[in-house]
Amino acid sequence: MRPEAVAPQPEQHADEEPLVSIRNLETYYSIRGNFADRLVGREAGVVRAVDGVSLDIRRGEVLGLVGESGSGKTTLGRTLLGLVQATGGSVEFEGREITGLPERKFRELRRRIQVVFQDPHASLNPAMTIAQAVGHPLQIHGVEHDRTQLRARVADVLERVGLAPAEAYLDKYPSDLSGGQKQRAVIARALILNPVLLVADEPVSMLDMSVRAKILELMVALKQDFELTYLYITHDLATARFFCDRIAIMYLGRIVEIGPAEAIYADPKHPYTQALLRAIPEPDPTRAVPRDLPRGEVPDAASPPLGCPFHPRCPRAFEPCGWESRDLRDLLEFRWARLAGEPRVEEEQAVVGDLDVLDKPAPEVRLPAARGRKPEEVVALLERIRAEDPQEPFWKGVARLEASGSHVALDFHLPQEPRLEPVGDVSVSCHLYDSAASG
Amino acid sequence: MSGEPVLQARDLRVYYGTPGKPVRAVDGVTLDIGESEVVGLVGESGCGKSTLGRGILGLLPEGARADGEVIYGGRNLVTLSPRELRRLRGPDLGLVFQEPMTRLNPLLRISDHFHETLKQHEANLSDDEIRRRSLETLGRMGIPPTRFNQYPHEFSGGMRQRIMIALALVLRPKLLVADEPTTSLDVIVEGQILALLADLKRNFGTALLLITHNLGIVAEACDRMAVMYAGKIVEEGPVREVFADPAHPYTRELLRSTISLETTELHSIPGAPPNLIDPPPGCRFHPRCPDAMRVCAQLVPIEQRLDGGRRVQCWLHGPERLIPADGEQPLEREAIGVADEA
Repeated sequence: MRPEAVAPQPEQHADEEPLVSIRNLETYYSIRGNFADRLVGREAGVVRAVDGVSLDIRRGEVLGLVGESGSGKTTLGRTLLGLVQATGGSVEFEGREITGLPERKFRELRRRIQVVFQDPHASLNPAMTIAQAVGHPLQIHGVEHDRTQLRARVADVLERVGLAPAEAYLDKYPSDLSGGQKQRAVIARALILNPVLLVADEPVSMLDMSVRAKILELMVALKQDFELTYLYITHDLATARFFCDRIAIMYLGRIVEIGPAEAIYADPKHPYTQALLRAIPEPDPTRAVPRDLPRGEVPDAASPPLGCPFHPRCPRAFEPCGWESRDLRDLLEFRWARLAGEPRVEEEQAVVGDLDVLDKPAPEVRLPAARGRKPEEVVALLERIRAEDPQEPFWKGVARLEASGSHVALDFHLPQEPRLEPVGDVSVSCHLYDSAASG
Repeated sequence: MSGEPVLQARDLRVYYGTPGKPVRAVDGVTLDIGESEVVGLVGESGCGKSTLGRGILGLLPEGARADGEVIYGGRNLVTLSPRELRRLRGPDLGLVFQEPMTRLNPLLRISDHFHETLKQHEANLSDDEIRRRSLETLGRMGIPPTRFNQYPHEFSGGMRQRIMIALALVLRPKLLVADEPTTSLDVIVEGQILALLADLKRNFGTALLLITHNLGIVAEACDRMAVMYAGKIVEEGPVREVFADPAHPYTRELLRSTISLETTELHSIPGAPPNLIDPPPGCRFHPRCPDAMRVCAQLVPIEQRLDGGRRVQCWLHGPERLIPADGEQPLEREAIGVADEA
């Protein structure tokens, strides 16, 4: 028995070797293009699902990995489980490098690292009884073949996840169980090998509100019972609050903020963390819907924004954050959507011409005016837009805007990549907290 | 409720046929939706929320039977022919589903979707007028005119849901039923779309029935709410009042089990909603109700009207004269285990 897991106070173990140590981890997916590309084996591009992540998971802690879809949180979990191959960096588990391990070696490791996925309905084979499904890992890993013993061990773990009396469940099929009961069975299957690390990927998101609390409480209890360490992957900062010792916020493959849970909730530093917290609907009708949410959605990870990946949506972005050509397109499109139906939208579109030249990311833009229009007209339009809303962060990024020959020359301040650096109790990747950039 | 109701459901029943007894998915629901009003319909999965939403629009699957009244524009939708109903759907009654990907035709441009929808219901519109109205509605939903000719796959999930809502709103329906419209979206995009839905009143004069399991969404976006349990509306009233002082124990327990940033203590409702083939006698919530009395297991509660335009079906609110002697004694029963969990 590991005594330190009984009273998990992660702060006390700061000097101790972490259970998992991730350094500069990169997991890239290549995108296959059209049929012709595939025929000649040409790659159309790369999605940087996990893009240089470093973090530790300490023994006995619950680390929350929080982000929206496309943030790379699930890919990070899958990389840890060996379900996808890392393309760079290192992951040490109990002091041993596990990236690049052959599948055979990984299989041994999976006795120590187990996973619970989001959808309990899809996680259980409908043709297997609960006894077969939950006992399956013991057979796969050759731990137990004796049928009576196997059944006894399954019964024991079922009772420990609350499916008691186990006899009532052993011979049932998944279709006989409710969503909450299925998720309990899935957790039982993950625990039957006595793992040290449990990766829980959105384990309560598909469940009704009325049972979420029950499953969360079960997971907290099991942590003590099985001396577990958790990686809790979720988009939901509200459930993470009840469960996590530390929180890492991910955005487009990177960690933008990481620190003790109390610090993240009490004083979120990164504008993205602040937005995530503000967006959670509060069951209090005396509050209105928040109107100041970041615009737009998570951009395409195959072609992330320059500089800070959050800058196009960030209300506090400024000069060094990575302004570029596509931000001009967004500015115009948001404006035209807002003004839709007004005649000036068509007039403005006629002046600017084709926006597709802006799709190639670059910190300087040479924009031709529409056919028959002068670049001076485009500059005048942009200046008018600036005058209407000078507070718009985009304009902080503009270093030069003028007509130049047949083009409009628009130069942005040069993008700087923010780095994850300690600020108070947490670490943040944001130029607002970076004296070199803001100075 | 503000002004005249746009739609009134009266004792609406929807049954699904099974080889044995029918499933009573909606069982005697009465609900008014006022002009430009946003009404939230909440409850756990399997309580009949979606069936009620579709039943109101006459969109029931094969093998389902509706009974009772849904009065819209002086007519009872339950007795209308499928043809007449189809004519109302779109220009009068709109529907937005949860999965925006599966509702757009991948082979058609966004402009084609709008063209087809508008031509179907307003054949006399010119192409210019179609374009103008489509772009205006899309713009209100945050979709720029520059993307009008793109295909569905070129949009993100949130954008597709905006397009679906625009496609329903372009016909200026009097009532829109939105069934879990933000459930598969990220939290920030969910917030953006809720803000749009809460503004329907101002921008389109459309009433909205918002079906959701998330009480946070109801609190932020709705004027009134109806709580559904096992096919019945057990409580209904203005959102502020219901949240401040829930009259039905089910409403109270649902509120307590919602996990938000302000939650200080985890809470869940033991057990699960009953199957609707053979629901429990008396009040259908009584096996899970912490406040259950003897009468609750014997007699079906009678709807009571409370102050502030609220109504509730719960014996805690009487009427006293119908409760038998000893009926107010606490109900003795066995504890509910995981065996009955949702």
